[in-house]
Amino acid sequence: MIGMTLILKKINQLIVGLIFLYGIYIITHGHLTPGGCFAVGAVIAGAFFLLVLAYGSDILKLRKREEGSSVAESTGIFIFLVLAFTALIIVTRIFFTNYLPKGITGELISSGVIPLYNIAVGIEVAAALFNTFLALYL
Amino acid sequence: MTTYLLCFVLFLVGLFGVLTKRNIIKIAIGLIIMELSLFMFFALIGYVDNGIAPIIVEKTENTKFVDPLPQAIVLTAIVIGLATTAMLMAIAIRLYKKYNTFDIRKIANLKG
Amino acid sequence: MELLLSIILGLMILGAIYALFARDLMSALISCGIVGYGLVICFLLLQAPDLAIVQIVVETITLLIMIAVVLDSSREELKEKKAAEVKLSHFRKWYVMNVILIIVCLVVLLYFFKEVTSTLDPLGKHLTRMSTAYIEYAAEKTGSANLVTGVLFDFRGYDTLGEATILFTAVIGVLTILRVKGKK
Repeated sequence: MIGMTLILKKINQLIVGLIFLYGIYIITHGHLTPGGCFAVGAVIAGAFFLLVLAYGSDILKLRKREEGSSVAESTGIFIFLVLAFTALIIVTRIFFTNYLPKGITGELISSGVIPLYNIAVGIEVAAALFNTFLALYL
Repeated sequence: MTTYLLCFVLFLVGLFGVLTKRNIIKIAIGLIIMELSLFMFFALIGYVDNGIAPIIVEKTENTKFVDPLPQAIVLTAIVIGLATTAMLMAIAIRLYKKYNTFDIRKIANLKG
Repeated sequence: MELLLSIILGLMILGAIYALFARDLMSALISCGIVGYGLVICFLLLQAPDLAIVQIVVETITLLIMIAVVLDSSREELKEKKAAEVKLSHFRKWYVMNVILIIVCLVVLLYFFKEVTSTLDPLGKHLTRMSTAYIEYAAEKTGSANLVTGVLFDFRGYDTLGEATILFTAVIGVLTILRVKGKK
């Protein structure tokens, strides 16, 4: 895919960083405010869509066309499974237990494993959506 | 009860599209409409009068929350719907490259 | 509240009908967006901000994906005049039969709809025993202030695991179908 005009490229430089930052904000506050893993995955994937649509596909410098995002997708689901199986094997002998300390409800570092699950599933959803986009458009 | 009935009508519109249209893209649109009407129905079931969104800001008594369970179910269902739509579109692209049409009556021959 | 929701739902139904009958596939897709974005407003009115955020982004991505398919094609729904005429005479032959069948189907569907919704309470009065337990204990048992996230990752963790698996499988399916080099 080839890129678009200079105006769109320049506006993209200003916008994409903000969208990505917003995604990171709602993934870290996913257990406190509306949002969470699925919203974050879609928002971050949307930032990458804008980048690829404006600059063309050369900006990612992928050797094969779906390499990087496939690795990210597998990493996300792997982290999710590792967290779930840690509870089964090491800590409490029950699958999917929230084994870290809960903390105080409403603070940033609280609610045990849930933020980690949020980040893992967010990475997985974002990479999956970006992967389908690359496969359909390139 | 009116809202439930209107949701059902929206579902019937999608079902009509799936049953009668012969274009693959139109069939996909019918499937999407059926999905969206189901999401609306789930969100309607979970609503409570004068309730607020299920996020705890302060510990106060006598605050009514909206039911969080249908929202969690719909949240997963939305993303699954996107994935299945992408899969259907991939199949549509392959069929268009092979038969040069979206008409399912001309795609009907299975040889090759 | 119910009146407002009914108006938005009526608009969504009109958009859906236009999406099914539009000649140009691109305008059909864009009017399919009426249904999705109307749903976002309904979610905001029904106090579900999580769903509204997800739906507004997913609707845009769905449009992107479907436009990618339509742009390569001829963009018009197929028109065959001969086939339509044949269809019409066929229709006249079985006219009474068709009308009877449509009425029977509608009556059966409406009957089942009435059976299903007879156990539901009217809008805004419904709260199951399960949900009251979730609302009461979710904050202290999971420590999460957002109850939806608490339900999603703690009480209903297997649901999320299955969702991640389905997404993974669907993406593998898309990549397999669309790969450039087949084995020869």
